[in-house]
Formats: sequence, structure tokens, C-alpha cells
Amino acid sequence: MTDEPTDQELRRHPGRGPSDILDKEDHAAIDDSITSRQEVTGLGAVLRTQPFWVFVSLIALAAVMTVVSDAFMTERNIFNITRNMAFFGIMALGMSAVICTAGIDLSVGSLVGLSGIITGLIMQAGYGIGLGFLGCMTAAALVGLVNGVLVAYLRMPPFVVTLGMLSIVVSLARVVSNNQMIWDFGPDQDLFEWIGGGSILSVPNVVWILGVLTAVFWWVWRYSTWGRWVIAIGGNAHAARLAGIPVERMLVSVYVVCSLTAGLSAFLFVGYTGSVTNAMGFTWELTVIAATVIGGANLMGGVVFALGAPIGAALIELIRNSLILAGIPALWQQFFVGLFLILAVLLEQIRNRRGR
Amino acid sequence: MSLLELSNITKSFGAIHALQGVDLTIAPGEVVGLMGDNGAGKSTLMKIIAGNFPPTSGKIRIEGQDVAFSKPIDAREAGIEIVYQDLALCDNLTAAANVFLGRELRRKVGPFSMLDYPAMYQRAGELFAELKSETRPRDLVRQMSGGQRQAVAIARTRLSDPKLVLMDEPTAAISVRQVKEVLALIHRLKETGHAVILVSHRMPDVFDVCDRVAVLRRGTKVADKRIRDTTPEEVTGLIIGAIEAA
Repeated sequence: MTDEPTDQELRRHPGRGPSDILDKEDHAAIDDSITSRQEVTGLGAVLRTQPFWVFVSLIALAAVMTVVSDAFMTERNIFNITRNMAFFGIMALGMSAVICTAGIDLSVGSLVGLSGIITGLIMQAGYGIGLGFLGCMTAAALVGLVNGVLVAYLRMPPFVVTLGMLSIVVSLARVVSNNQMIWDFGPDQDLFEWIGGGSILSVPNVVWILGVLTAVFWWVWRYSTWGRWVIAIGGNAHAARLAGIPVERMLVSVYVVCSLTAGLSAFLFVGYTGSVTNAMGFTWELTVIAATVIGGANLMGGVVFALGAPIGAALIELIRNSLILAGIPALWQQFFVGLFLILAVLLEQIRNRRGR
Repeated sequence: MSLLELSNITKSFGAIHALQGVDLTIAPGEVVGLMGDNGAGKSTLMKIIAGNFPPTSGKIRIEGQDVAFSKPIDAREAGIEIVYQDLALCDNLTAAANVFLGRELRRKVGPFSMLDYPAMYQRAGELFAELKSETRPRDLVRQMSGGQRQAVAIARTRLSDPKLVLMDEPTAAISVRQVKEVLALIHRLKETGHAVILVSHRMPDVFDVCDRVAVLRRGTKVADKRIRDTTPEEVTGLIIGAIEAA
């Protein structure tokens, strides 16, 4: 036996000399230790997430705006920005769950209109805010249930199901409201308008609600079995099913959760504006999906960040606000939202490619 | 009493008869190799035992009791754990999360029940150490080598104390060193009284770890012999049909 490497060994390790091949055992061990050295913890993990980088650009944009416009860093403006983003942020939390399962829910915008109208009708009739809220959430849950059952049990594509539902819900809202605006909310009108439009400690109530919900979702994604299973389904639904996870029931619950966040947002928004028409929430789904994706959700599923939803929503609202303050016509707003959406996804792709 | 007893199992998919009257018994702690060419019915038989679908006709008994599996979870509850060929792992989760998928450890904090990360990391670490695998519980499966993924899939089966472990080609697509590790694990499963069915194309693996080898050809069992009574040449002949039956 000589020390010369065999042909086969040379082929396996092109460019390596005989001395490299002397300790074959060690090499296997070294290779393994290198391939296993991928642990990601703490700060390193945070730095690799999309919400973090979107948050950085959020801060950067805010810094620029502070210099450009005196009106930006005023209490009034910050109050408005955070309040406006909250309605979308709440819905983005629910949308994140759906997108995590590689699904999509296009019906949330029109659902805001329907559940808002139902709230209005109940309260206008004098039934009080409790029943109004219950009716609002029940309508939302039912729409989510139908979406979920069609997607999970009949295996229909979420895009088609929720697109159909968008149309159905818009029409239902028009029928139920008889195309009338509602601005009389009965005996609990003041409380109702305070919940949606008021503030505690100079922070809008809706922002408090968004904060609490974000914390709840953060906990759910990290520490609950439900969250773990939803993420598993997004990663590999087949493996999840083999592991005994009730995939169909989980999917239904995900669509119900998404619709409930739309219902809640509608309840708050009607209170804030003090009136409701059936056109309320129309095309909001686009903003909500954009916020979710900018916040780091991957349409292929399996990725979710609770903090991504408010961060994505904040960025969109900040862009809108900045354009107005910078004197750029509001007509450009959608242009920049779209640009940011594409940039966010592009950056994610580039980072993924480098990772592989 | 035998641990698993399959009698006269038949499975048809329309006009295709994947299995025709197969009998197979496994004793507790026995390692049986299941061999056969592609399309011989190995996978179909495995899927029936694993509860993926029921047989068209025939009986399955576990420790003398008749059972009927309608989904994989039924088989698991009856004490059968499966290592799938595609490993069935979630790439976006950590090794520990995959090991505990569907049976996560939880702890009570007030009224809430939350995932017990420290306990799961620790137990997964112990399982990987038992397998002499360098897989680390906190690593994402996406970043793992074939051998590490295999370790995760096998560690899953060790969570419960199964009576029978089905392994579908566990040594395909992993390095020579890792094949040795997997075979060592099968030996260890046997020492601790677990029965194993090993589906494999690799003759040396079957002759290394199995007590018995069953050969399927075109949906029928053509041989069922103790390893010491046969040779790789005979088994090869049986698989390809050069030897009719033995």
C-alpha cells in the first residue's frame, strides 16, 4: 500500500494532494462538523429576518422625513400614522397565518364592508354594542368557515375560492344594506365611536389593540401547538398529515382566524369613521397582502413573523404619509407601495439564493 | 405469539393487482428484510402496514388482535412507527421540532399550555446522541445533509417505544459512514426488543442486520427464508426471477 491517492479518491476531492487523503477518517469528521455548523440563535437570527430589514428602512425613511418636513415628527402626525396603519396591521396578522399555509385570502377587504354593515344594522336597530360586535364577528367567522372548508376539504385553490367569496361578499353587503349609508348606531354610539376613534394615554385605541394582538400572535407562533402545526403545514403538508396533524381542521381554523381579524378591523374602523357604507374596505385586501408580504411572509408558505404584520403595515402607511408631506401628488402612492412590495420580495430572493 | 401477522393480503388498483395473497409474520424483536424489484409490491405492502390505505382483502393481526387501519395515525397508535423514504420532514422547522411534530411536549404556565422548548431540545439531543449522530436539535432541517435528515426521521420513531419499526430504504442516498450508523441503529433496535421491517435494495445491508428475508415478485411472496439458510446469490435469483421460488 502506498501513500498515493487512488483515482477514485482524487476524483472525489479534486485539487487535493496526497497528504489531504492520508487521514480519511478525520476528513469525514471535519466535513460533518462544518456542515452541522449552521446553528442560528439570538441576534444572528434576528439580523437574517425580513421584518428586521424592513424595520431598518422604516427608521431610515422616518429619519429622512424628519429632516425634510417639520410636520412629520409632530405628535399629531405620528398619532395619525399609527392609527391608520393599525386597521391594516390587525388584518395582516390574520393574513400572515393564511399565507403561512401557502394560501391567500382575497375576500378580507369586502368582508370588512359586510361585517361593518352588519354591525351598523344591528346597532342602528338599537340592540347595543355587545350584539353589534357579536354579529360582526359571527358574519366574519362564517365567511372564513366557508373559505376554509372549500380550501381544506374540497381541495380548491385558495385564490379561486376567496376571489369568488370576494364577489359574493360585496354583493351580500349591498343587498343587506340596501345600498344605504348608516351613521346612527343607537344607544351605544358614543362608546362605539370611542373604541374605534378614541385614545388612551395619547395612543389611539386601535394601536393598543394592534399591539396586544401582535403580542398574542407572537406567543401563538412561538409557543402554541396551533402555531407550530400551521407552520409545519406550510413547510410540508404531507409530512404534517403523516405526523398525525389534522391538516384539514387546521386549515379551516386558519381561514376563520384571518376573517375574524377582518371583522375586528371593520368593527373598529366603523367606530372610527362614525359611518359605514357597503363600499368600505373595498380593495383593502391588496394593501393587507402587500403589508404581509413586505413584513416577511412567503407566498410559498412556511414562514411567518408576528412582528412582520405591523411593520409591513407601518411601512405602507409611512410611504403614503411621506408622499403627502413631501408634496408629491397622492396619485403616486400606489406606485411606491407596489415598488416596495417588489423590492422586498426581490431582496428576499437574493438572500435566499446566497443562502443556498 | 407473533407480533404482526398478515394473511392473504391482496391489493388491487383497478385492473392492476399489486399484491396477490401475501402472508407475512413478524416475531417480536425480529428484523425482517423485504426485498423485490421495482413494482414487486414492496411499497404497497409497506403502505398497508403503515395504514396509508387498507388492503382489498386479507387480514392484519397485531399480537393476535384483528386491526383495520384507515390512516397512518391508527398504525402509530397500534405501535408501528414508519421511516418514510422521502423522510417526510418539514424543512422550515428545526430538527427537534420535526422529531416532536404532532406530539409536542408542553408545559403548563397558569392557564396556558405552551411548547416546552428546553425539554424537547434535551430529549432530541439525547436521541441524536443515542444514534451517534452529530445532528443538533436547534438546526433547521433545510440546512442538513442526507444523513442528518435520516437521523431526524429515525429519531422520530424512537419517541414512543414502538413494537415495530418500518424502514423504507433507510440507507439509500447517504454516505458509507452513515450507512454503518443506520445499520448499527437497527442492531440496537433489535437488542431492545423492537421488531424491524427493512425494505432495501442493498443486499449487504439486509445480510448484515436481518434475521429473515422475504422476497416479493410481481405481487406474490416467492421466498421467506432465514438469512443463515440463504445466500445473496439465491436472493438475487429470486428477485429477478431466475429462481422461481424457494
